[in-house]
Amino acid sequence: MTLTDLANPTKFLALTARILPWLAGLTAILLAVGLYGSAMAPDDYQQGATVKIMFIHVPNAWLSMFVWGVMSVAALGTLVWRHPLADVAAKAAAPIGAAFTFLALVTGSLWGRPMWGTYWEWDARLTSVLILFLMYLGLMALWRAVEDPSRAARAAAVLTLVGAINIPIIKFSVDWWNTLHQPASVFRAGGPTLDKAFLWPLLVMAIAFSLLFITLHLAAMRNEILRRRVRSLQMMQANQQAA
Amino acid sequence: MSLGPYASFIVTSYALVAAVVLLLIIWISADYRRQQGRLKEIEASGVMRRSGRSAADIR
Repeated sequence: MTLTDLANPTKFLALTARILPWLAGLTAILLAVGLYGSAMAPDDYQQGATVKIMFIHVPNAWLSMFVWGVMSVAALGTLVWRHPLADVAAKAAAPIGAAFTFLALVTGSLWGRPMWGTYWEWDARLTSVLILFLMYLGLMALWRAVEDPSRAARAAAVLTLVGAINIPIIKFSVDWWNTLHQPASVFRAGGPTLDKAFLWPLLVMAIAFSLLFITLHLAAMRNEILRRRVRSLQMMQANQQAA
Repeated sequence: MSLGPYASFIVTSYALVAAVVLLLIIWISADYRRQQGRLKEIEASGVMRRSGRSAADIR
């Protein structure tokens, strides 16, 4: 099965029907292992047990950026390659990305209150992630505002590519500006600075959440294809009634 | 496992993530059933896909 084969929505639906149960099962197993590792992880010498919030905050923060990256590739698929499923992928990803970004913001705040003494600080990292969340909401509003899916897709693709500028800003904000948020401790030059006791549950949780996104995204794409099938059949029905 | 003086922040974080993920799963599952229902309604009214296959067929 090639990428060209997957351009056929019927073939894509057949593929998702086969792989979704396996993906869901693997996601559940990895989430269980990750949660066990998070529960068993020792207390940090400075943060105490509050370090456990990191195991869910970091995967959500990573996905908030990754999902926008997926939508950016889909936007290129819409504007450059005219791939039939590119805009389906972009539209289906937006609400899921918004949910992960919301969770990154709230879990970060819940970590910040006991550790920093404040729920919120207008520093570069927090502000740029809040902007990302607002961009997700704007994109969802745009998809809903334009009725014709192909016109909405082109407008959303342009907005997505413009918004992609924010992703490196989020990633490097802690290096470029003097922020309250700590610098990178996993994906950095010179390797992770985290102790293995914290690193392995964090990586398992990050993989589990990534698989969760892939599972939810494929299921949401399947729904979007069916929604478009409903729309085209309703138009056929209207034409038959008019004739 | 003791969660220390900030247990409420830790528990709230995990509960919130669980709730939002669960809501996403429920929303996507309900949307799937809604689209399948609409396709079955259209099929019952006699409208067929150009391929002649069932409207709700995803295989």
